[in-house]
Amino acid sequence: MSTPLNHRPHSLNDSPFTFCPGCSHGIIVQLVTSVIDEMGIGGDTVCVGCVGCGGYLPWFMNTDTICSLHGRAPANATGIKRIQPDKVVFTYQGDGDLASIGTAEIVHAAHRGEKITTIFVNNTTYGMTGGQMAPTTLVGQKTTTSPYGRDAAHCGKPIRVCEMLSAIDGAAFLERVAVDSPANVRKAKKAIRRAFECQLQGKGFALVEVLAACPTNWGMTPVEAVGRIRSEMIPYYPLGNFRDFE
Amino acid sequence: MAKVLMKGNEAMAEAAIQAGCQAFFGYPITPQSEIPEYFSRELPPRGGLFLQAESEMAAMNMVMGASAAGGRVMTSTSGPGFCLKLEALAAMTLTRLPAVIVVVMRSGPAFGTMKAAQEDYRMCGNGGYRVVTMAPSDVQEAAAMVYEAFDIADQYRNPVVILADGMIGQMMGSVDFDRMPPRRENLPAKDWALRGSDSRGGKAQAILFPVGTAHYIEKNIAETELYPALIANETRVESIGVEDADIVLAAYGTASRMCRAAMETLKGELKLGLIRPKTLWPFPYEAFEAVNPKCKAIICPEINIMGQMIDDVKIAAAGRWPVSHVGDSRTDFLTPDAIVEKVRQVWKEVNA
Ligand SMILES: Cc1ncc(C[n+]2csc(CCOP(=O)(O)OP(=O)(O)O)c2C)c(N)n1
Ligand code: SF4
Ligand SMILES: [Mg+2]
Repeated sequence: MSTPLNHRPHSLNDSPFTFCPGCSHGIIVQLVTSVIDEMGIGGDTVCVGCVGCGGYLPWFMNTDTICSLHGRAPANATGIKRIQPDKVVFTYQGDGDLASIGTAEIVHAAHRGEKITTIFVNNTTYGMTGGQMAPTTLVGQKTTTSPYGRDAAHCGKPIRVCEMLSAIDGAAFLERVAVDSPANVRKAKKAIRRAFECQLQGKGFALVEVLAACPTNWGMTPVEAVGRIRSEMIPYYPLGNFRDFE
Repeated sequence: MAKVLMKGNEAMAEAAIQAGCQAFFGYPITPQSEIPEYFSRELPPRGGLFLQAESEMAAMNMVMGASAAGGRVMTSTSGPGFCLKLEALAAMTLTRLPAVIVVVMRSGPAFGTMKAAQEDYRMCGNGGYRVVTMAPSDVQEAAAMVYEAFDIADQYRNPVVILADGMIGQMMGSVDFDRMPPRRENLPAKDWALRGSDSRGGKAQAILFPVGTAHYIEKNIAETELYPALIANETRVESIGVEDADIVLAAYGTASRMCRAAMETLKGELKLGLIRPKTLWPFPYEAFEAVNPKCKAIICPEINIMGQMIDDVKIAAAGRWPVSHVGDSRTDFLTPDAIVEKVRQVWKEVNA
């Protein structure tokens, strides 16, 4: 008799994922829901979606969940957490969502020390709308709205969200991870767990930035895309912890 | 509680607290700032939450989250901030999340003029939704409408907008909190609220933007069930002397107060009637059926240019009477004198 080595996390329902083959969103959702299962908090968790490819998460969740508008997930989460302080509230946001249209909301949620957890998926592009330039797009990276490559003189250098939020006292936990290798996936899971513990212990705002692949809009195979995380993203977006709690 | 003298903005905030408002999320803007100020002072000691958001947009999205979590919640703003709230308002109508939004209208953007205006009548975001929109014309009524709005929002699971103006918000008036509308009985339980699946024996609850066919189903339910019920049950209007009027004035809020002053001035000169919608949506079209068939004209005074409510008045008049606008002039906003002058001019024209 064979024993399955892995099973679908209980915090996911039966809906099939909508992600492209090789997309990192699938791995990250799997990590987040596994952590929720392992911590036994699914029955008290409220997931706040975003707008972007990760925005379908509410359709996959087997916990309480709500859709939010583009960039506004931290504000929704604030409203939920302030009414139900004993619930575990997390947002799941892309880089266009969090680092462009939603910069004010994420900065102020961190600044207030909002006791929520944010999973921030940085794939250096607007995946859902067809691969346009994001604030996180690397210098020189060609996208559908930077066809000659991102020009730093024209639109600035990519935003490093963890570094930016490090300047904010209310941010109690900040870590950047990647999902390019089994070793890094394990580290990512540990960081996600710590970000939920931060909330459970009432320490303040917690965010995990996950460097992720969008093979479809990068025009790469899944293997090439994972290679790009390593060769191009990690050098600009250094992995590691930026803020931790006791 | 005996009658007290209060600013309109403060009376609306107090009425909300008495109606059981648990949380307020807002952002400063004249002429509504006394509302967040009052909540910040009064709500925390009375067990509620006040949070100043980083923007009107964030405030409205906090309201959305707090409502989804089952709270009785409110926000307030003026026109420039209302623009920023509209995307979330549209989303809340589609996901059927109740809340109360007070809009204390002014003219002008970030600078220019803070004076009262009636310029947000047509304001709505994407999605083709409707929300009950109440228009108070004095401090007592402003408080009563806010008080009742929470029950209306919860009964139908649809946001309610209070469209006041700078004059209503800033004026002092007497208000008697013993004279609030009765609290509605048997409001539906918020069993849809996000309180964790453990609160439902393990069953997860999702508040989703409906996709595909579900989107059209939701919109069709609104069109065929929700909106007809709101039109049938929540339309409010005050009519004065329309049955034998020579000319009927149709106005809401502060413009309707100016109409009363104009009617006083023209007493003995000609018979004026007044139709004052207390709900702008649902609009009280029926009230125009009582107008004297021999009435010569309808005039629609509004604190704006061109007129906004006038479109609904024309629909109600259905070509039976000429309908004309009087509003802001080159020097100031609408005045009672401008209404008097307009009435005399129209009367001359229709009798020429
Ligand atoms: C107010 C608003 N503006 C624009 C859009 C269109 N839009 C949908 S998804 C998206 C980009 C999402 O990119 P990102 O957050 O990076 O997520 P990804 O798809 O890459 O995971 C945009 C701009 C929208 N839905 N709402
Ligand atoms: S477009 Fe990119 S981010 Fe979106 S699902 Fe496909 S691979 Fe993932
Ligand atoms: Mg992206």
